Amino acid sequence: MNFLDLIWLIPLFPAAGFVINGLLGKKMPKPAVATIAAGAVLIAFIFSLGAVYQLSQLPVEGRSHNVVLYHWIDAGPAHTQSGEVERFAVDWGFLLDPLSSVMVLVVTGIGFLIHVYSAGYMYEEDGFYRFFAYLNLFMFSMLTLILGNNYVMMFVGWEGVGLCSYLLIGYYFLKRSAGDAAKKAFVVNRVGDWGFSIGIFMVFMTVGSLQFTEVSERIHEGAAAGHFQAGSLWFTMMALALFVGATGKSAQIPLYVWLPDAMEGPTPVSALIHAATMVTAGVYMVTRSNFIFQLAPAAMAVVAVVGVLTALMAATIGIVQNDIKRVLAYSTVSQLGYMFLALGVGAFSAGVFHLMTHAFFKALLFLGSGSVIHALHHEQDMRNMGGLKNKIPITFFTMAIGTLAIAGTPGLAGFFSKDEILWRSFSSEHGHVLLWAVGALVAGITAFYMFRLLFMTFFGEYRGGHDSHSHGHGHGHGHGAHAIHESPRTMTIPLIVLAVGSIVSGYIGMPAWLGTNVFEHWLEPVLEPVPGAVVEVSHYSHGVEIGMAAVSVAVAFLGFFIAYTTYYKKSDRAERVATQFKGLYTTLLNKYYIDELYDALFVNRAKGAGRGLWRFDSKIVDGVVNGSSWATVRSAVGSGWWDRWIVDGLVRFIGGFIKTSSWPVRLIETGYTQNYALVMILGVLIFVGYVLWGTP
Amino acid sequence: MVPTSYYLILSAALFTIGVIGVLTRRNIMIILMSIELMMNAVNINLIAFSDRLQQVTGQVFAIFVITVAAAEAAVGLGIVIAMFKNKETMNINEIDLMKW
Repeated sequence: MNFLDLIWLIPLFPAAGFVINGLLGKKMPKPAVATIAAGAVLIAFIFSLGAVYQLSQLPVEGRSHNVVLYHWIDAGPAHTQSGEVERFAVDWGFLLDPLSSVMVLVVTGIGFLIHVYSAGYMYEEDGFYRFFAYLNLFMFSMLTLILGNNYVMMFVGWEGVGLCSYLLIGYYFLKRSAGDAAKKAFVVNRVGDWGFSIGIFMVFMTVGSLQFTEVSERIHEGAAAGHFQAGSLWFTMMALALFVGATGKSAQIPLYVWLPDAMEGPTPVSALIHAATMVTAGVYMVTRSNFIFQLAPAAMAVVAVVGVLTALMAATIGIVQNDIKRVLAYSTVSQLGYMFLALGVGAFSAGVFHLMTHAFFKALLFLGSGSVIHALHHEQDMRNMGGLKNKIPITFFTMAIGTLAIAGTPGLAGFFSKDEILWRSFSSEHGHVLLWAVGALVAGITAFYMFRLLFMTFFGEYRGGHDSHSHGHGHGHGHGAHAIHESPRTMTIPLIVLAVGSIVSGYIGMPAWLGTNVFEHWLEPVLEPVPGAVVEVSHYSHGVEIGMAAVSVAVAFLGFFIAYTTYYKKSDRAERVATQFKGLYTTLLNKYYIDELYDALFVNRAKGAGRGLWRFDSKIVDGVVNGSSWATVRSAVGSGWWDRWIVDGLVRFIGGFIKTSSWPVRLIETGYTQNYALVMILGVLIFVGYVLWGTP
Repeated sequence: MVPTSYYLILSAALFTIGVIGVLTRRNIMIILMSIELMMNAVNINLIAFSDRLQQVTGQVFAIFVITVAAAEAAVGLGIVIAMFKNKETMNINEIDLMKW
């Protein structure tokens, strides 16, 4: 079978699953719903594997396979910036090249595992079929985003995943906080989408096409011919507009605020959408547009700085959070910051590499946290956990592997990708030693808060179930420690597979001093340097690279050590530090007051504007109306008399006369709009019939 | 290239479904939705002829129709809500204010 020509089928399998489950799922038994949903993704995964395998068999220059199904939009001619006239035409087409093949494997592979996991995790929930229908719809949108061969299809998928994110965050829509979080995610993402759409229009204005390979070719040619200069204002603006889109979807400063709140959704959703796949769409989009960013060094610097600041900010917030999922959410924001740091210093392949390894270990950590929450019957506060390591051993071991991986332990996936990013942020032409230093600091903080999570959850004494207060709220089960049990096999097997992935997936991107970087080599055809752009050349020896890797590992170990002495050794240091630096602690606990700042700057402004308009309406407009009505009432008294006696007398007389004589007409005047409409349409039909077949 | 007649048949079918919906359904919401259906049938007509005649005018007009449809939906829903507040019903059979 030629899978390469069948890549258009890949998004359609989950789409079919969505249709089946969405329409019929309510009446189907739960296992059937889960089988259809997971099976659809599994078939998509198999087709992706086949297609990527066949792509890898092609010669390097030919590794870009385009399948156009039909012409989708043909809106007619438009002027491009250079004054030429191009047709604004978009195909419904699919593109499989090294970059999209990495993404499609990550999305379908990890997506399948999470579908399997959800079958166990969501079994008790109401609206089981709805959940799986949304998940499949998400897979369809995400695969459209990835496999689309042009910016418009990417935008369709982009909006589709945004919609599914909204639907799934608000899955428990009876809970007010879930509804609010869903709305917040939706609105914040719209801001980013605005930037993205501006960027798309600018791309069309620049090159007169939106198809990725064509845009890439034309920009390469234009740069070689000197039409496009690196660093020109136009390209900087274009890159920044696209980046605004990426900050929305990928939760970067200033639009990251929605992601932590998105944890209101069910945990598998957090793993699939808000850790492994959707939030990496921004990284994918920037990498896809690397030819634009290469010509905009200033925008690249913005990307790198925003990335590293996001990484630092989110990591510091993560230190003090007590909700297990929120820690992971801030960790995700922080790791996404790493990816953008990589993109910003021109190390696109390192960014995508971290995207892939992060997908493994962050999905693992989220699913593991879901398993903990499942075992504790919806307890999410780590202060009420502890001592779970022997009660749920599989969850513990897999989560420990995930923690080791994200902390950058040498030999696990996170080490290779994070180290690659840190090294490039120092050695690249776009890099800077400060970027490296902050990045390394974040690595230490990451190790600290992740081990804090591990120790608080799995070690020490079990702290839940003692005080009635802790399980008085929530779902009111009131289970004590005795009810804690390991999750079913549908949940633990995905955990184990992801744990294996978190160990081995790093070895395809080893640094130069250890072996060959297969991953970077694989992505090379997509990331060709644009003529005139600053090209990255490393003039540091392997020794420097090893030394810097050692430093970042040491910093991470320091983070682990502090967490170990603070949370494993049962010291009171955490409380002491919290009281000593009370201001800093409350600032972190309140997430730097960013939500409050946005409320004050934008949300309350919008609300205030609405209230002001309402006040204008109720005071001025209504006042004018009421005033004129008062005047009318006064003046009407006089004319009322005349009206009542003279005019009405006459009218009543005529009316009474007609009323008594017109009883047959009343029978057809029923007052039902539909009757009138029916007569109208019959009349139209008679006229049309007359025109068509009547006498000439 | 899809023949224009296909679009027209689709459009006519949609329009007819819309008309039947308006005439036969009793729920105001469904009637509003049927009206939307008719509008979009018109849109398909416009786009089909725009494509056939290679003129953008039809597409521009379709966008106007979409805009008007949005406004109409807003106004229509407003009326429905006001109606519901008064009558506490969505059944059009119980709304006969236009009688005599």
